[in-house]
Amino acid sequence: MTGLLDSYAEVTGKATIEHLRQLSKILEGKTVVHVNSTRVGGGVAEILDKMVPLKQELGLDVSWEVIKGEPAFYECTKGFHNALQGMPIDIPDKLLEVYEATNAENAERLRGQLEAADFVFIHDPQPARLLELCPNRRGKWVWRCHIDLSRPYRPVWKYLGNLVRDYDASIFSLASFARSLPHTQYIIPPSIDPLSEKNRQLKVSDVQAVRKEYDLDPDRPLILQVSRFDRFKDPLGVIRAYHLAREFTPHLQLVLAGGGASDDPEGDAVLREVQMAAGGDPDIHILLLPPDAHHTINALQRAADIILQKSLKEGFGLTVTEGLWKGKPVIGGNVGGIRIQVIDHHTGYLVDTPEGAALWIRYLLNHRDLLQGMGVKAHEFVRDNFLITRHLRDYLSLMVTLLRGEGDGRIELG
Amino acid sequence: MSKAKTEVKPFAVNDCAMLSIATGISAQNLRELRDRLCEVPESSIYYHFWGMRLRPRFEEPVYNNDFAQWAQEGLHDRRLAERLGVIDPPSFSGIDELREELIDVIEERLEEAEYVPWAKPENGFRFIRSILVIFDTGVRVKRPEDLISILPKLSRSSLYYHFIDARRRSPEGVDDVRAWLAGFGETYAELQAEIATIDPYFTSLSDLSRLLSESFQRMGVGGRS
Repeated sequence: MTGLLDSYAEVTGKATIEHLRQLSKILEGKTVVHVNSTRVGGGVAEILDKMVPLKQELGLDVSWEVIKGEPAFYECTKGFHNALQGMPIDIPDKLLEVYEATNAENAERLRGQLEAADFVFIHDPQPARLLELCPNRRGKWVWRCHIDLSRPYRPVWKYLGNLVRDYDASIFSLASFARSLPHTQYIIPPSIDPLSEKNRQLKVSDVQAVRKEYDLDPDRPLILQVSRFDRFKDPLGVIRAYHLAREFTPHLQLVLAGGGASDDPEGDAVLREVQMAAGGDPDIHILLLPPDAHHTINALQRAADIILQKSLKEGFGLTVTEGLWKGKPVIGGNVGGIRIQVIDHHTGYLVDTPEGAALWIRYLLNHRDLLQGMGVKAHEFVRDNFLITRHLRDYLSLMVTLLRGEGDGRIELG
Repeated sequence: MSKAKTEVKPFAVNDCAMLSIATGISAQNLRELRDRLCEVPESSIYYHFWGMRLRPRFEEPVYNNDFAQWAQEGLHDRRLAERLGVIDPPSFSGIDELREELIDVIEERLEEAEYVPWAKPENGFRFIRSILVIFDTGVRVKRPEDLISILPKLSRSSLYYHFIDARRRSPEGVDDVRAWLAGFGETYAELQAEIATIDPYFTSLSDLSRLLSESFQRMGVGGRS
């Protein structure tokens, strides 16, 4: 029964797993429900995919529910997402009605389970209204925000803020994302799973096979950005950086690998823009991968010399964590959670422009020793700070705090 | 000596993790920082002086507390950063006295500055507080002579718990090792005095482990004498 946790001990050390066991003793048998809006695709689903079985193995009674909606619902929540990350977008009343009705429909299905749970974690804005639709709730409700809320478009935040203010606590990835809310706001960065298909160690032959499949030349430098086709990820900026760097590195290859997510209706439009900007360049490989292409993404990240994540807004940037874990320096946008992962001159470089990205691509490709050394540091940095075991420890600590109270700011275990 | 030894409980090695909490309080300029310092909980001031020890980092920061760091990087006021950076928390009797010192230094700067230094919106100072989660490692050390073999194996967070957090916990304001050694009467008085010379505020946690081992060796307590 301890197989899954024991396998993590090999990566993180036994002490980390022992910490989880000490925390979970207090929570044994408690019912926990996570609710989000997609089972596959995107960082939230990936985290829950492993967080849920790990909590189960620790003795908690955990389930994961996904709310369902029509395309108009996702259009609305995509609008929320964009506005909360700063775009001045007003959500039409008609879409807000769809949002509210969809939450009400899902509440009908989930109410009994949610009201009975000891802990309910609501992820992001999509299911946020469920709280007010479960008036007889008996447990603690936590709103987990994965979005960069540092400078939201105020009318949309005002609407959402009213929905989340009655939660017992909220979780943000960075302190700068926290808002003025009448409850405790925990700062918990997300994480990656080192043993998942996307992050586990691969054989050299596996990487070679993927190179061959996508016609990537192993003897020429390769830069890679993995992300949804989303304007906040700035794929056009990446192509611009590639063009600038290629003037000095003529054999450079670029892969833009995008996964789709069922709750993102804008992906097709952005993909078309990206294809136009690539202009048929055979060294720009635009890959539209299915949500379960974890092995392919793993191999591409290992095949790359440098990982890019040139986002203009970013809640955290799990693709950055994944790249660092594979021992690659990351050139990342100087925004959101990328800032706490990409440490200039240590794990990569933060940039504000495509020109900056091009500059550091050239620099690293001309300083191979430095590139290798950064990769080693990057891997250690993730092991110490951004693996799912740390994430789980923080979640369990939060739950213990909600259960027992903060006391004098200390929780003694063992 | 032998009588005292039998009465002292084994040293229980603990570990810890810090859970950070946003207070929702922030400052965008120096005057706001002064005003907010008057109202933030003690745990927040503690966090901004000591919490950085447990945060991920590659280099030793120029300044050892978040207030000085922000004065430099957010306000670009080196003079203030230097004055805040030299504040030595162990030399104050408590957090409130430390708070008063901070406010005093800031007010002095506000009086002499031609304008109120301010930071860009994205670089505001955000007050954080924390909850410390303490784990029992199950490791027990019976004799001070055995501690030297444990010290190099302690995690950064374990060192933090026993040598930094301990000062806040113990009525005497000393680390856990010195408090334990005191239980042996005068036997390890010299070692206690030697450990007392290590300044935890201006020492990284990895250096702390090395300096402690050296203290044990110099005093001939375990290891090579």
